[in-house]
Amino acid sequence: MYILKLLLRNAFRHKLRTALTLLSITIAILAFGLLRTFIGAWYAGVKASSANRLITRNAISLIFPLPLSYKDKIRQIDGVKQIAYGNWFAGFYKDEKNFFANYAIEAKNYMELYPEFVVPPDQKESFLRDRKGCVAGRKLVEQYHWRIGDIIPLKSMVFPGNWEFVLRGIYHGRDESTDERVFFFHWDYMNEALKKALPRRADQVGWYVVEVKDPRRAAEVAQAIDMTFKNSLAETLTETEKAFFLSFISMADAIIVAIQLVSFVVIIIIIAVAANTMAMTARERIGEYAIFKTLGFRGWRIAGMIVGESLVITMIGCVVGIVLTPPAAKVFSRYVGTYFPTFRVEIETIYMDIGASILVGLCAAIIPTWRALKIRIADGLRRIG
Amino acid sequence: MENKTPIVKIEHVNKSYRKGTHIIPVLLDITLDIMEGEFLALMGPSGSGKSTLLNLIAALDKVDDGRITVGGIDITGLTESELAVWRSVHVGFIFQFYNLIPVLTAFENVELPLLLTGLPGRKRRQHVELALQVVNLESRMDHYPAQLSGGEQQRVAIARAVVTDPTILVADEPTGDLDRVSAEEILDLMDRLNRESHKTIIMVTHDPRAAKKAHTIRTLDKGVLNNVHPEATP
Repeated sequence: MYILKLLLRNAFRHKLRTALTLLSITIAILAFGLLRTFIGAWYAGVKASSANRLITRNAISLIFPLPLSYKDKIRQIDGVKQIAYGNWFAGFYKDEKNFFANYAIEAKNYMELYPEFVVPPDQKESFLRDRKGCVAGRKLVEQYHWRIGDIIPLKSMVFPGNWEFVLRGIYHGRDESTDERVFFFHWDYMNEALKKALPRRADQVGWYVVEVKDPRRAAEVAQAIDMTFKNSLAETLTETEKAFFLSFISMADAIIVAIQLVSFVVIIIIIAVAANTMAMTARERIGEYAIFKTLGFRGWRIAGMIVGESLVITMIGCVVGIVLTPPAAKVFSRYVGTYFPTFRVEIETIYMDIGASILVGLCAAIIPTWRALKIRIADGLRRIG
Repeated sequence: MENKTPIVKIEHVNKSYRKGTHIIPVLLDITLDIMEGEFLALMGPSGSGKSTLLNLIAALDKVDDGRITVGGIDITGLTESELAVWRSVHVGFIFQFYNLIPVLTAFENVELPLLLTGLPGRKRRQHVELALQVVNLESRMDHYPAQLSGGEQQRVAIARAVVTDPTILVADEPTGDLDRVSAEEILDLMDRLNRESHKTIIMVTHDPRAAKKAHTIRTLDKGVLNNVHPEATP
């Protein structure tokens, strides 16, 4: 108790200096937390991916479609439990800036394959019955103040024309990692329209989602699917959902690495700030450390006092930073929500904040401790007065 | 003096400091016995080596050669860690600038050396209160050093020095930063500790009035210890 009191009083001896140091640490922890959250958001799809789902797409590129006729062939492959398919619609609501993920899906199977999108049964039923029906995520609905029964017009950057959908259901995520900003509608509705307007683009799908009976056989099933369409006009590339998402992320690999590096640079900056504060403190108090030594305090006790004070300052800054990170992330998500629908602070980020703060506290205390232990008592006492 | 046993025995001690490539001798072949219960004043001009000698006796510095025995223990043979423990038990320190910890109250400053003794909190409180009574400052125990006068701060420092009941008290210019009245109070207090509690006190001072309180006055000049001062009043 005595020592804790001493540490706290020492930490706040120079109120302005400590306040500025705390502010620096808080901002740094906040920045670190947001950067880590940003990286986490990038990987949110990977985390949410299921081990028993495979994605089959055109082997050349995702932008090339696959024939609808593949559906039945894939379904017959040993190990396949269920299949669904979808198309990227690239639609926006009223204005191009109102952009969000929207997919044309083979609704019945797709909803079963993705149990993380939870739709109330009556709304699901209503959606499945209505060919113009659509289902949207809770956050998306809140953003545009939609209500069940509303007609939602979308324009697509890929499929020309004015498209109208009736909101029949609102889903919520099974857990926090589920994206609640996605818009789903019937693939059949889109396909019928294409048959009339662009028959060449009809009966084609962007990707197949394949559920395997046994996740341990996923690689084997994927290989079987790709072998089935080997040397065809549209060869397939089948991979686990996780690998599929990772392939997307790898396109932005350099950016993620840069962000990761910046997040570590932030830690180095706080080490420098905290070390500077502790160095000034130790220089001013070298006489006091000599007094402690005079009274019989041994090196480890003095080291404990310096490290303790450093940790008190960094941990206070850390706690304030951690407390501020979720609200800051919420504000941040308003601006990047379209791109990172699950922008939330992970518990791992909090642990990293705490770990980084402890590291900063320890590193910042190294040189001051060394100086305090190195000083001869007589020399230290001479600095007083 | 009631007891003639030497509590501090200094034998042929030499000490020098290195400044760049130069070696500056500070103490030359010092031999001195300080008796138990003695009040010794060390005087001499600035740079004569008196504070250095005091530091060696209190194990704040190491001798180049020679031997210092305090209470039968050869402190020149102890390691830094052993010396730290030894100081906490055997030496009470009084400094010119009081050397109190500014963020601790008078009570907490006095309690500081007791943290190393392993005494429980209740016992520590009793000891601290008693020490503050001795220096007549029990009413100001919750004040911080900045809220006390120079004389009061030095009394707190004396309470801190005696709270562990050390073998010797060493005082380096204890009145050097005080006005005349406060200085007189401090000297009276030290005199009382010597007479009533039989504390062995070794004091470095420039002040002849302070030195008069001592039983013995020894002077140092250019690192050489002179004979017993003719005006000493044992």
